[in-house]
Amino acid sequence: MSSSPSIGRQLGWVSILASGTALLAASLALLFFQLHEVRSSLVRRLESVADLIAFNAAAAVDFNDVDAAKLTLSAMKTRPHVISVGIVVRGQLFAIYRNPNVSAVPSDLLHTSSGSRFTDRDLTVFRPISSEGRDLGTVFIQTDLSEITETWSRFAAVTAGVAIPALLIAILISMLPQRAISRPILNLAAVAATVSKEKDFSVRAPTVRSAAEVQQLVGTFNQMLAEIQRQHLEIQEAQDTLEKRVADRTAELELRSEQLEVQGRELAAANRELESFSYSVSHDLRAPLRAIDGFSEALLTDYSGQTLDRQGVHFLNRVRAGTRKMASLIDDMLHLARVTRSTLQRNEIDVSKIAEDVAAELRKRNPDRLVRCEIQPLLHASADSKLLTIVFENLLGNAWKFTANRDGACVEVGQAPDLDGHPFFVRDNGAGFDMTYANKLFGPFQRLHAESEFEGTGIGLATVKRIVTRHGGMVWADAVKGQGATFYFTLGDKS
Amino acid sequence: MEDNSDDVELTLMAFNRARITNEIVVAADGVEALDYLFGTGVHAGRDTSDQPVVILLDLKLPRVGGLEVLERLRQDDRTKYLPVVVLTSSTEQDDMLRAGDLHANSYVRKPVDFDAFLEAARQLGLYWTVLNKPVPSSR
Repeated sequence: MSSSPSIGRQLGWVSILASGTALLAASLALLFFQLHEVRSSLVRRLESVADLIAFNAAAAVDFNDVDAAKLTLSAMKTRPHVISVGIVVRGQLFAIYRNPNVSAVPSDLLHTSSGSRFTDRDLTVFRPISSEGRDLGTVFIQTDLSEITETWSRFAAVTAGVAIPALLIAILISMLPQRAISRPILNLAAVAATVSKEKDFSVRAPTVRSAAEVQQLVGTFNQMLAEIQRQHLEIQEAQDTLEKRVADRTAELELRSEQLEVQGRELAAANRELESFSYSVSHDLRAPLRAIDGFSEALLTDYSGQTLDRQGVHFLNRVRAGTRKMASLIDDMLHLARVTRSTLQRNEIDVSKIAEDVAAELRKRNPDRLVRCEIQPLLHASADSKLLTIVFENLLGNAWKFTANRDGACVEVGQAPDLDGHPFFVRDNGAGFDMTYANKLFGPFQRLHAESEFEGTGIGLATVKRIVTRHGGMVWADAVKGQGATFYFTLGDKS
Repeated sequence: MEDNSDDVELTLMAFNRARITNEIVVAADGVEALDYLFGTGVHAGRDTSDQPVVILLDLKLPRVGGLEVLERLRQDDRTKYLPVVVLTSSTEQDDMLRAGDLHANSYVRKPVDFDAFLEAARQLGLYWTVLNKPVPSSR
């Protein structure tokens, strides 16, 4: 995981450092004090010995007896640490004993009369020699420091012998609370790792006796885990619910699409049936009509004026008119059915041109009619040109028809830019109609005028509405009875 | 070829009025028509070099339909150049396209109005029996 040492090790190092530093400081202080004590004690002992020699040698110095003085000094050979011992009188070395290992006596010893002097190798003490108040000379004893070194080494060994076990004991003792702190934290870390790795929120850090803060930490951590586990469970449940809902909805949609498919097949079958029905209508319904009309004509041609009187001729003419009417009804119905079935082919088309062509055809078909026709130029739309032609055939055809009884008949085709959707319109100044019945206008076989007044099948506007609806557009009318009508339509194109 | 006896009678009447005197053979369905033209079945042994100048073909015939008759005629060397006028009630686009594909020579819709039908019959008779020169059968 991390490269930094664990908290247990860190705490261990801290306690080792703390107790070690304390022990070292105490030991050093003791050692320093001991060193000082050893040195003072040595100086005091040497001074006592020097005083003793000064007392013993006072007579010898007084009487200038060098041999007696040497004898006194030679008593020092029993002391192995003594380097030299001597008597100085008036600046001159009077007598000396020296350890066989030492050759010369430093000259500065000759001019000191009392006190003590340390060098890094030796210690020299000086004491005066006096008799009855007279100052006779000086005794000096020079000794090496091995005694100090030995004593001090011994003491250092003792100190170390005490300090190291003490340090170990201190570490051991300090480790107890350390473990009490570090173990729960390490446990905590292990649990956190488990949680993050295995996403198992049910594990808990073990509660142990430890410091209040650590217990609080473990407690809070466990609470947090419990909270996360609860939320995780909630999320899981929500997810399960969601998944179930998605599955339900999918199943529902599948069912729905199956139903749609079935409906589609049914619709296709119905369409095929409708097609064969129209085919049958076009072929089979017209045949008997042809027979009725044909034989009526034969009767009229071959028998009128003989066995057929005027009344008979009139009846036969009514029969023929009826058959023609029926034939045109059948044709219009087929037309309407075909408009519904044909596929919509939208192109950019010249609406003005289509209206012009239809108007020209109407003029040709009704050469006796005088209709003023105003078609706004440059009208364009995205639409099926064949179907739009049928729209204009019906709307312009109606306009032609309903202006038949009017002098100064006028038909207008244009686009109304100020109306919503910019509809195209076909306006006439013909018979118009009562707006009360406007809702019946676009239903098949609905007529607002008497057959005797204006002939028609009532299919034309139903066809227009179907074409406009197939384009995604709207068709509506505005009229005043006796003053004319305006038909508006849009084609569902956004241009 | 026409299965409707009313239509047969009216058509004959129309040709009569138009003073068309050619012999007219009527087949009531597609099978009979093919038998006649190919000299098979009830018309076995008929001299098939003697073929009509024009065939008026209704599309909705019993047993073998008009379009199938046309297809069979066009597949056979003896009849493939025979002028065929489809004379029918149907204005279904599919029928018209199919007839065109099979090289029908003309497609005429039977009008309900007998006056119009008379006029159509007159023009048809005049055109196919007088004006039109048939493709020579020996090629």
